[in-house]
Amino acid sequence: MGRISASMDSLGRMVIRNIEETGKILILFLSVLSWMIRPPLKLRHIFKQMEFVGVKSIFVVILTGTFTGMVMALQGYYGFRMFSAESLVGSTVALGMTRELGPVLTSLMVTARAGSAMAAELGTMRVTEQIDALYVMAVNPVKHLIVPRVIAGVIMVPALTIVSDFMGILGGYFVGVQILNINEGAFVKNITKMVDLNDIFNGLIKAAFFGLILSLVGCYKGFNTTGGAEGVGKATTEAVVLASVSILISDYFLTAIMF
Amino acid sequence: MSDRVGMISLIDVHKSFGTQKVLDGLNLEIEAGKTTVIIGRSGGGKSVLLKHIIGLLKPDSGQIIVDGDDISRMNDRHLNEVRKKFGMLFQEAALFDSMNVGENVAFPLREHTKKKDGEIRHIVRERLKAVGLAGVEAKMPSELSGGMRKRVGLARAIAMQPAIVLFDEPTTGLDPIMTEAVNELIINTQRNFDLTCVVISHDVQSIFKVGHKIAMLYEGQIVEQGTPDEIGASKNPVLNQFLAGDLDGPISVL
Repeated sequence: MGRISASMDSLGRMVIRNIEETGKILILFLSVLSWMIRPPLKLRHIFKQMEFVGVKSIFVVILTGTFTGMVMALQGYYGFRMFSAESLVGSTVALGMTRELGPVLTSLMVTARAGSAMAAELGTMRVTEQIDALYVMAVNPVKHLIVPRVIAGVIMVPALTIVSDFMGILGGYFVGVQILNINEGAFVKNITKMVDLNDIFNGLIKAAFFGLILSLVGCYKGFNTTGGAEGVGKATTEAVVLASVSILISDYFLTAIMF
Repeated sequence: MSDRVGMISLIDVHKSFGTQKVLDGLNLEIEAGKTTVIIGRSGGGKSVLLKHIIGLLKPDSGQIIVDGDDISRMNDRHLNEVRKKFGMLFQEAALFDSMNVGENVAFPLREHTKKKDGEIRHIVRERLKAVGLAGVEAKMPSELSGGMRKRVGLARAIAMQPAIVLFDEPTTGLDPIMTEAVNELIINTQRNFDLTCVVISHDVQSIFKVGHKIAMLYEGQIVEQGTPDEIGASKNPVLNQFLAGDLDGPISVL
């Protein structure tokens, strides 16, 4: 009996902690919004973050996008061959990439690369008192540190998603047409027939939302770091896990709403 | 009382973290244009006290009055205006490690003034010269020794010509010679820029050199204060045990 109530106790505590954390992240989001509309906005900081989040992630995004498209074509081919519908491989790859895998894989890669770095950098600034130093110099750290990162996330993740979508379809084309000898005309025609512009747009809206999640979570975890080097490591891990899980869960709900 | 800028009064300040009382009805007057040293044990609430003076922490109750304004009940915008009177040297200097030394010292100027680049560069050079580090603008903080980082931290703290500079254990972790150099630096900077300085420290030798006034923080209150001579002659058992570094006395070690 004692064991059951103890485990209920810890379950309840966990639920409360998670709700509390969600609330705190939302409060941070509101504070980011309110600082975003207050001039001056330092473009230099924003561009620096856009370069870090976006430009420097291009290579991994190209790599993951291409190979995802390639493997989808390969897997799709084995399935469609059973009822001689190989020409649908292209549209399957294109729909899968634009609606789902482009946005999700891109944001997961950016979470691993940039979301973790945000948590680690802000966490280190917190434990070495650099964030206190900002307050002391009458500079608001949310405006100075978090606003540029969130803007960069929201703009650059969709931009990278476009690259990922394109490379995925290209990879699918390469495997489907060049290696598996699917008829090129049918392959391309099915893509243009089945993929609507809305598929791409909705995917990009998702990507913008995921970019918001990963930058906000990374900044939140870093900003609230306690406990020295160990704390920075913990904040980084938690940021990646929480952002990844939130991206995958919100993906389901966004999809249910949009498509 | 003089009405020059840089006067700070703490009145009946209470602060607890959870069940732990850190400040327990603390009262302290900090005179303008003088150096006040606050001594006390490690973990005894000195840093907490310093963070209250600049509004990084808010008291549970009590008032913190800077030049007539109570900062404990101020909104952020007001507080930021008051903070422009302050500079602070952090224990590990807290330089921004994404920027070089020159950019660090220039940072408050870039954020709060509309000065031209050339003018800012000039001020940065002057401030670095004032702390004895001319010509290191292009170095990154990670390339500097602990003592140099503190000097750069001080140059940044005085970049905006504040009225008040706070020092968080300026000599902790430095060798005896560098300790002496930093003490000299505090004394000279205080005199040259006519500052109100608040230094927290547990380095017994340094406090008598830099302090015009010394205050002992113990169990959340100021138990003794006075000029270095008065402190040296004090019969307060807590103070005497602290200064002598005795294991026996009213302060329990464990």
